[in-house]
Amino acid sequence: MQSLPILSIVTFLPLAGALIILWISGRPEDVARNARKTALWTSLATFLLSLFIWLDFDPGSAAFQFEERVVWMSGVDIAYHMGIDGISLFFVLLATVLTPICILASWESIKDRVKEYMIAFLVLETLMIGMFCALDMVLFYVFFEGVLIPMFLIIGVWGGPRRVYAAFKFFLYTLLGSVLMLLALLAMYFDAGTTDIPTLMAHDFPVSLQTWLWLAFFASFAVKVPMWPVHTWLPDAHVEAPTAGSVILAGVLLKFGGYGFLRFSLPMFPDASLEFAPLMFGLSIVAVIYTSLVALVQEDMKKLIAYSSIAHMGFVTAGAFSMTAHGIEGAVFQMLSHGIVSAALFLIVGVVYDRIHSRDIDAYGGLVHRMPVYAVVFMLFMLASVGLPGTSGFIGEFLVLMGLFEVHTGVAALVATGLVLGAVYMLYLYRRVVFGKLTKDHLKSILDLSPREMAVFAPLILLVLWMGIYPSSFLEPMHASVAQLVEQVQAAQAASPAMMATR
Amino acid sequence: MQEETAFNIVTVIPEIFLALSALALLMLGVFQKDSVAERPRTGGLIAQLAMATCALTLLLTASYGRGPEVTMNGLFTADVFAVFLKVLILVASGTAILVSRSYLTLHNNNRFEFPVLVLFATLGMMMMVSANDLMSLYMGLELQSLSLYVLAAINRDNLRSTEAGLKYFVLGALASGLLLYGMSLVYGFTGTTNFDVLAAHLTVDGSLEVSSGLIVGLVFMFAGLAFKVSAVPFHMWTPDVYEGAPTPVTAFFAVAPKIAAIGLILRVMVGPFGDLVSQWQQLVVFVAGASMVLGAFAAIGQTNIKRLMAYSSIGHMGYALVGLAAGTEQGVRGVLIYVAIYLFMNVGTFAAILCMRRNERMVESIDDLAGLGKRQPAMALALAVFMFSLAGIPPLAGFFGKLYVFMAAIEAGLIILAVIGVLASVVGAFYYLRIVKVMYFDEALDSFDRPIGPEMTAVMAVTGVVVMFFFLYPAPVLSGAEAATAALFGGG
Repeated sequence: MQSLPILSIVTFLPLAGALIILWISGRPEDVARNARKTALWTSLATFLLSLFIWLDFDPGSAAFQFEERVVWMSGVDIAYHMGIDGISLFFVLLATVLTPICILASWESIKDRVKEYMIAFLVLETLMIGMFCALDMVLFYVFFEGVLIPMFLIIGVWGGPRRVYAAFKFFLYTLLGSVLMLLALLAMYFDAGTTDIPTLMAHDFPVSLQTWLWLAFFASFAVKVPMWPVHTWLPDAHVEAPTAGSVILAGVLLKFGGYGFLRFSLPMFPDASLEFAPLMFGLSIVAVIYTSLVALVQEDMKKLIAYSSIAHMGFVTAGAFSMTAHGIEGAVFQMLSHGIVSAALFLIVGVVYDRIHSRDIDAYGGLVHRMPVYAVVFMLFMLASVGLPGTSGFIGEFLVLMGLFEVHTGVAALVATGLVLGAVYMLYLYRRVVFGKLTKDHLKSILDLSPREMAVFAPLILLVLWMGIYPSSFLEPMHASVAQLVEQVQAAQAASPAMMATR
Repeated sequence: MQEETAFNIVTVIPEIFLALSALALLMLGVFQKDSVAERPRTGGLIAQLAMATCALTLLLTASYGRGPEVTMNGLFTADVFAVFLKVLILVASGTAILVSRSYLTLHNNNRFEFPVLVLFATLGMMMMVSANDLMSLYMGLELQSLSLYVLAAINRDNLRSTEAGLKYFVLGALASGLLLYGMSLVYGFTGTTNFDVLAAHLTVDGSLEVSSGLIVGLVFMFAGLAFKVSAVPFHMWTPDVYEGAPTPVTAFFAVAPKIAAIGLILRVMVGPFGDLVSQWQQLVVFVAGASMVLGAFAAIGQTNIKRLMAYSSIGHMGYALVGLAAGTEQGVRGVLIYVAIYLFMNVGTFAAILCMRRNERMVESIDDLAGLGKRQPAMALALAVFMFSLAGIPPLAGFFGKLYVFMAAIEAGLIILAVIGVLASVVGAFYYLRIVKVMYFDEALDSFDRPIGPEMTAVMAVTGVVVMFFFLYPAPVLSGAEAATAALFGGG
């Protein structure tokens, strides 16, 4: 227990910034400038504060840290309960590091309704951080669902030509999955008598109930991840969203699903998780292979990266449901890595889109001649996405595959084909965009990265290399929590055959 | 029934005050000069006095309301349950008068009868939620209904308004007939109209003795009451009346009478017939499920925002009834929380609809909202908050209403109903989002008339803040609903 409620401060600081922006008035250009600056400083301050969480975090403990608990709704025992463990720590940091980058990335590309845009992003940041910190199911749900509102507006207001369709699809798809989870939450409340997540993790749900609860949570998280076959909203949302919207969507929102599997499905319904693990493996394999092939034939750069996201998230779900320490750590690490890498790839597309206003791969070619720095940055993230050793992508995929081999060789082998396919479509993309002769007229005067854009990419490059070369800084704090999770799952599974026999 | 509660005037002070004030205002209005020049002044004066009356009645209700529980020879009860609902009703009526001002002035329809009729309807509603006898129930219901029929047709030179009034009257009379028939059956099979005696009558020596005649009577009564909350399959009048009635009247219809009728249904079903829950539960389950589904699907194709809100209210009454279907204390608490939140969402939404005016004319099409996010960002923000809240997206207030009713439904084992409910809420989210889409994503049309008036701004701001920040401090509503539920179950 700490005296300073640092998690609440980090969570609600962006909201405070949003309220300040709301009061900005004056000439339109002043409003836009001030809104940008306020948003940037607020998100930077949030990031710095979140670093203190990391520094103060005790990596040896598996328990929830920085806990805060205030009674919220009396009578039904719903509390405002916040806290983080080794699994959620880095997701909080991921959210705080990507938001300032997003704001910086939209500095010039967003010219319309800047004030509202910045408010939406800061509100989104609050909701994202809150989601990862929430230790009460209802609180979790509030943050989880609340994210839909700002994201809906970001896609719908600042998106591309088919933005309305994409925004509705995104909203309704996710909502449909989530409402079933809401009912499952309520059912859990009546079985366990509390909505407190740590208590529920220790609670033994009846095996028959677990199956239904697991399916309800699956409906929600599978849409969020997204897993094949409920992934179709993602390419639409990515293509139509503004660059920063795609970055947040790929970087953080997709992690909600993976995080949900780790926080709810595995520890609370271990028997059902075991029962459905083959399903998860099957869907993950399809996601990895099928979406990689789909990515190969895309003509739209954003769509290609969107499909590659689905493939990479397939690794995450497969790793999580291997239910081994390696697999789960790999899943978390892969999510972090994907959060950085896919965010960077969307930014890379955004850079040329801002200049040429086209996402068609055919519109480009030979960029290396005019944009050498850009080509280097693109190459780095392309290779990280492929999983080159020395970059973050390698560690995550390697750990996932290690975990999978411990469980099932066949699954591991099939998932591993994703590595090859990933290399195929990424290298193919890179060749078509960056290499070759610079023949197209509209590219002849294209400019290389501006200092602002370099500032956007610099922290991401640093992170990708740091995570690839010295992953222990990130894996160390996870160990205790993941070990406890695995132990919990295995203990429950060991106990369940006995339970089934007595029934 | 007991001697000491035979006739206690203290308990009914708020109602007596409201009745006398309404009569006094009527007299005041009648004896003013009735010229074109004088009419707006009279209307304004009476409206202000009527709002003051609502406020004073509110104070009286809060202070005198919970005296000895049953009075007037067992006809009237003023428990915490009634007080909770009366507070909501008075707030809704007061704001309905407030937001009607600019509309009535603009349309040169500034009759003093409008606020007076609203007061009489409010009096009827207060009687309804306080009824402890079938007779007083019917009296309150009819006082309310007759006032509402006239209100629907108050724009008497307008074809749509008179049509709405007539339609409402004919169907309302039919519903009253059903209700009366049910009451007569109940009386015939039990020999009493008093709720307490009825409840005692049902249990003989600890076991339930139910005659089928009583059940039939109960079904008829529920049908009549379901009409008043416009639950499926008794909803047909709602879209036409909502669309045809003048917008301030619709704003009034959408909130206060709904809350009163829901209160009445709770009072009747849980109070005297609470032990029959196994008999009426399936009925309520069907009505609730059908209302949610119809409210969600029928609203999709609507282009008129008042019609859309009509279907939306049908759906919302379905959600509220989910709590009743559970038949438990949690369920009733959920209903009360739901209607309290419903009040704020709908008052705010209708205030916004009343501001949809272009070139001195009301516009009612959803497409007229196009680009509102650019033209009037504050109003668009408020309306967007209401829409997201009506759709039940957290952290806005509407979510918590749904949370509590579904919580009760799950606990009572009504899993299928809960699943239908949440799926309907996804469909419903589509049409609420459509309004947000029109406001924020579409190209801007001409601006609405401005200024929109300080009272409109205030109403939208207050309700918007309540809906948006309900999650910060939900305790007052929660504990109020809790106490009200305890009173209903303790007294029943």
